[in-house]
Amino acid sequence: MDEVLIKVENVSKKFCRDLKKSLWYGVRDLTMELSRQRDSAKAQLRSDEFWAVNNISFEVRRGQCLGLIGPNGSGKTTLLRMLNGLIKPDTGRITMRGRVGALIALGAGFNPVLTGRENVYVAGAVLGLTTEEIDRKYEDIVAFAELAEFMATPVQNYSSGMHVRLGFAVAAQMEPDILLLDEILAVGDARFQIKCINVIRRLQHNGAAIIIVSHNMVNIMRFCDIGVYIRNGELLQSGGILNVSSKYREDIEVASGHHTPSGVHSGSGLVVGAARITDDEGKQVSRIHPTQPIRIHVPYELEADMAQRQVAIGFGIIDYDGMFYQSELEPQVFRGGQKGDSGHFIIELDQMLAASGSLLIGVSVWSHPDGELLAWSRENRLTIQQVSKNNGRVELSPRWSVDYR
Amino acid sequence: MKTTIYSPESSLRDLASIPRKIINDIKMARTLAWQLALRDVRAQYRQTMLGFVWVLLPALANTAIWLFIQSTGIVTVQATELPYAAYVFAGTILWSVLSDAVNAPIEQTNAAKPMLAKINFPHEAIILSGIYQIGFNATIKVFVLLVAVVMLGVVPGWSVLFFPLVLMSLIMAGTTVGLLLAPIGMLYTDISKGLPLVMQFFMYLTPVVFTVPAEGLARQVFLLNPATPLITVARDVLTGYPPEMLSAFFAVNLGVLLAIVVMWVIYRAAMPILIERMSA
Repeated sequence: MDEVLIKVENVSKKFCRDLKKSLWYGVRDLTMELSRQRDSAKAQLRSDEFWAVNNISFEVRRGQCLGLIGPNGSGKTTLLRMLNGLIKPDTGRITMRGRVGALIALGAGFNPVLTGRENVYVAGAVLGLTTEEIDRKYEDIVAFAELAEFMATPVQNYSSGMHVRLGFAVAAQMEPDILLLDEILAVGDARFQIKCINVIRRLQHNGAAIIIVSHNMVNIMRFCDIGVYIRNGELLQSGGILNVSSKYREDIEVASGHHTPSGVHSGSGLVVGAARITDDEGKQVSRIHPTQPIRIHVPYELEADMAQRQVAIGFGIIDYDGMFYQSELEPQVFRGGQKGDSGHFIIELDQMLAASGSLLIGVSVWSHPDGELLAWSRENRLTIQQVSKNNGRVELSPRWSVDYR
Repeated sequence: MKTTIYSPESSLRDLASIPRKIINDIKMARTLAWQLALRDVRAQYRQTMLGFVWVLLPALANTAIWLFIQSTGIVTVQATELPYAAYVFAGTILWSVLSDAVNAPIEQTNAAKPMLAKINFPHEAIILSGIYQIGFNATIKVFVLLVAVVMLGVVPGWSVLFFPLVLMSLIMAGTTVGLLLAPIGMLYTDISKGLPLVMQFFMYLTPVVFTVPAEGLARQVFLLNPATPLITVARDVLTGYPPEMLSAFFAVNLGVLLAIVVMWVIYRAAMPILIERMSA
């Protein structure tokens, strides 16, 4: 079962930013192709061109599922189109062993004024099924799509969900050795998604090599054992899906601007600095396990004399999706002191429980009860190691059982 | 297990393997081509009241215009052996088959863009489906043409049995020209914009509504036009006249046969490069 079905070696593809030039390059490529001169040695960037995919290599074996991840415009779909044989690579080599099935444009080839039934035959033929095969599978297709009463209706009257369901029902009849998926799980209702998932699982168990392109990390984690992370056409990380996905998550946070180094906001007289995060033995850490106890030490210094007063600590955690946790901790008496005195505010957590990725920790000091903000240490970065294939933001350890009545 | 390799090298490097690949792909493409043709024929007329009448209307209109022009004497058309109405109607119908065939490869490929950009299927199916559709429309047209010709008092002879072959050569010739234009036409829309103009002009240089001029430069142009023997022989075969220009007809067909193979190879090789520019 470890036979390599997809082999991608140093593959690159260039695209052109300018339409007129792109068309002209098309004419030139066409001449090169037809005069049999085209090869990878001549793959150099021309004016206004850029590498949409740059020197990517990976392999997928039988039964393996690879998640292709990266931000919009990183070259994922271009790579997939090369794997599907729609466009030629400009350098490198792609070897595909076995029949290739692509769940990419579901319902492409449908004609809106024709009925669902007529379109099933077109879509089937597009996927390479003969008319007899479609005749045989027709009932299954209709049952799978759950559209029995709409088969005589023109497809233009279908909802977008029905459209995709019918397209998927036809595509699900294939038994490919290699399956390419581009964001199809993003469409459809929960019921449809369950069907999709089961079809993909079945093909995976039957030994297909699968590549999934998705922005939905839940789906990626659900199916994939290996991953390739590309950005701006370049391969940033590949290997086990846990490593690849945590790298990707960290980068999303950087991109969304949560990476500014600890900023310090100073209030009246009290100044706080960047927090130091340690484990329970006092050793500084920047990357922790979700269930590990930590201490957050926020240094302070008094710029002016301060009388004893009540203060409250505000404690917040921000993750890639926004607020992860926020609370105001019980007010306590702060002793104050003379100008130049210093110390630490210490916050202890038994466990962080965050599932993975990069967190920003903020600590603020408030005067109680009047609510004046005295000082604020923001954006203290802490990375949580991903330890399981669980999805979501919180790392829990649920157990399960059945209650038989 | 079938292994497919994609690399930057020109797909024409290994010329020897191409005929087998083409034959394989055409085999695979037949079902798809049939389904696509069925889809397009159905869809074309489903949202109309007149339905298949639309296949004939342009030719009928052109015939009516030329009968009117001739009868009023605005343009004097040289006398034809056939009744002029039969001459024009036959000419117009046959020309429409040829001109549909010229347009089909670009039209069909353009219409298939969304599929081409996302799905891998044998691209031969697009061209085949175009040929099927033209064949279907031509059958309707020719049937009506036969009825009309008989009503105008012309009795087709036994030669009409050859007509399907002659019709095929018209479709093949048109497809060859269409295939030649398709790759550039996919990049620049100038081709599809300019084509109707050129075809209209060409029609007047072919014995469609006029006969071949008796002398002068115009006669030379008519005789050099490869469409002339195709249309002339087709009309003669249909109306039972002894076909003129038979040798020119065979010469053109031989040329078409050779050219269509070359064009087909070019079209195949060109598609991945064109697809890249479609959605890049």
